[in-house]
Amino acid sequence: MRAFASLLCCMLFLAAFARAQAEPQDFTEKLEIGISTDEIAITSDFRGADITIFGAIDGFDTTLLAQGKYNIVVALEGPKENSTVRKKERVFGIWINTSSMTFELVPESYSLSSTRDIETIAPPQYMNNMGIGVNHMPLNPVGYIGDGSRVGEFRDAFRRLREATGVYQRDPGGVQFISSSLFKASVRLPADVPNGVHVVRAYLFRDGLFVAAKALPLRVVKTGLEQALTRAAHESPFLYGIVAVLLAVITGWLASIVFRRD
Amino acid sequence: MRFRGHVFVQATTYLLFEVCVVTIYLPIAELSVNILIILGMGAAVGFLSGMFGVGGGFLITPLLIFYNIPPVVAVATGANQVVASSISGAITHFRRGTIDIKLGTVLLCGGLAGATLGIWLFALLRRIGQLDLVISLAYVLLLGTVGSLMLWESINALRRAARNEQVTLKRPGNHNWVHRLPLKMRFKKSKIYLSVIPVAALGFCIGILTSVMGVGGGFIMVPAMIYLLRIPTNVVVGTSLFQIIFVSAYTVIVQATANYTVDIVLAFVLMVAGVIGAQYGVRVGQRLRGEQLRALLALLVLAVGLRLAIELIIPPKEVYSVVSAGLGF
Repeated sequence: MRAFASLLCCMLFLAAFARAQAEPQDFTEKLEIGISTDEIAITSDFRGADITIFGAIDGFDTTLLAQGKYNIVVALEGPKENSTVRKKERVFGIWINTSSMTFELVPESYSLSSTRDIETIAPPQYMNNMGIGVNHMPLNPVGYIGDGSRVGEFRDAFRRLREATGVYQRDPGGVQFISSSLFKASVRLPADVPNGVHVVRAYLFRDGLFVAAKALPLRVVKTGLEQALTRAAHESPFLYGIVAVLLAVITGWLASIVFRRD
Repeated sequence: MRFRGHVFVQATTYLLFEVCVVTIYLPIAELSVNILIILGMGAAVGFLSGMFGVGGGFLITPLLIFYNIPPVVAVATGANQVVASSISGAITHFRRGTIDIKLGTVLLCGGLAGATLGIWLFALLRRIGQLDLVISLAYVLLLGTVGSLMLWESINALRRAARNEQVTLKRPGNHNWVHRLPLKMRFKKSKIYLSVIPVAALGFCIGILTSVMGVGGGFIMVPAMIYLLRIPTNVVVGTSLFQIIFVSAYTVIVQATANYTVDIVLAFVLMVAGVIGAQYGVRVGQRLRGEQLRALLALLVLAVGLRLAIELIIPPKEVYSVVSAGLGF
């Protein structure tokens, strides 16, 4: 009985400890960040954008700072959507999508920048809990997944493909201190960036321990003609379709007049 | 010296690349593309369609898919481009009086029904994740069959021409089972008396293809009308164009309403380049003989089919693919 009680005690303590790890409490450090704009406009010649984020640490321990024990991770997360990974297999000599897995609400784009490789900032288990980094973000399958033995395979494929297409990227030297407590981070919006509300999240680690975080929204919007067209396509799709056809009719008709030879 | 040459080539390639990257953002496809590539694609397809007298939908949709445009957008936008190219062709035929409006209307009734079924099929396939497979398979089968038949016919014609024999297409007059069907109707312009069933059925099948594959279907409809329905050749092209305009316009409107997948910017760039390219294509086409043109078109059709077949058969570099809730398929 006593053994059981002490075990229970021990578990409670561990649970409390884990909780303290996940949510920063009673740390003196504070993190502040700012972006020059809270809105990125997609124009007709949009080719992606580099975004610089400035930030400052407050209430830090000078000795630890001098020893380089403070690390910062900045992530730009795109809007979240359910995402499906499909796998092709050879069936009767041709390659067909045979199996698939849908992951719940994963960011459409993700750009991570840090003072050093995030694997060396904190233990992987810790990063998994916080969901920081491409390899650690939560990828929860939706629906029936059988015995779950294939989840790992699909997760790996998802990460690899997202990184290969450039919508998920990481820059392990992208955060630089410009003075003792001021830093700047650069993250990148890819060219085929999804519209919507992106979130800039900054995390401060002291010697492998998460101590402070801050988040700012960044809206990515289509502007001018692009925005008008998208709105028209979604709000009055029937009219949009008719206009598309009319445009084709006029183009074809003009061509037959301009190039008339008989 | 060799080294210098190499550097020069590299520098030139780099410069060309830099100059050629003029991007344009496609609001519906939601990605940036190089406008010169899209213009080039439109002009090349326009050239070929002017040369061979086809709509070019069967070329533009696969090309867009090769260039990473999501297949859903490629199909719907391809149909929009087909409207423009068929209109300018149909106007020419209308002036010459080579359109049988009555026959075209019967085809059209079948076509609209087919397109409606096709759009429903399209949405279903997209939901179960087999749209890309069905589009590719349909292209391989159709292009393979039509291309082979056309090549066979034109090579025979070329051989006959080489032996100085009279080149004759089979003329209407010799009847087949199609002409024994009920519900006959008189088509004055075409000077034929024909059941509406095979005509509407042909329109129906082409309608499905239009909405699933983004093609006008002229390359199937024209041979089917000549060889199967025995309709006189002079009204065939004009009448098929007349029908294609309405079916593809209908497809565009329904795709826009149901799937929001018509990219008007992409379509406009393609159609402007296309109609200009077509004018030059027509001029080159006029210098070639009919059977030479048909042989070349057959080779082109087979090449596109082969390219898609290879893609299905060889082991892909990446067996996984990711799609989000938004576009994709």
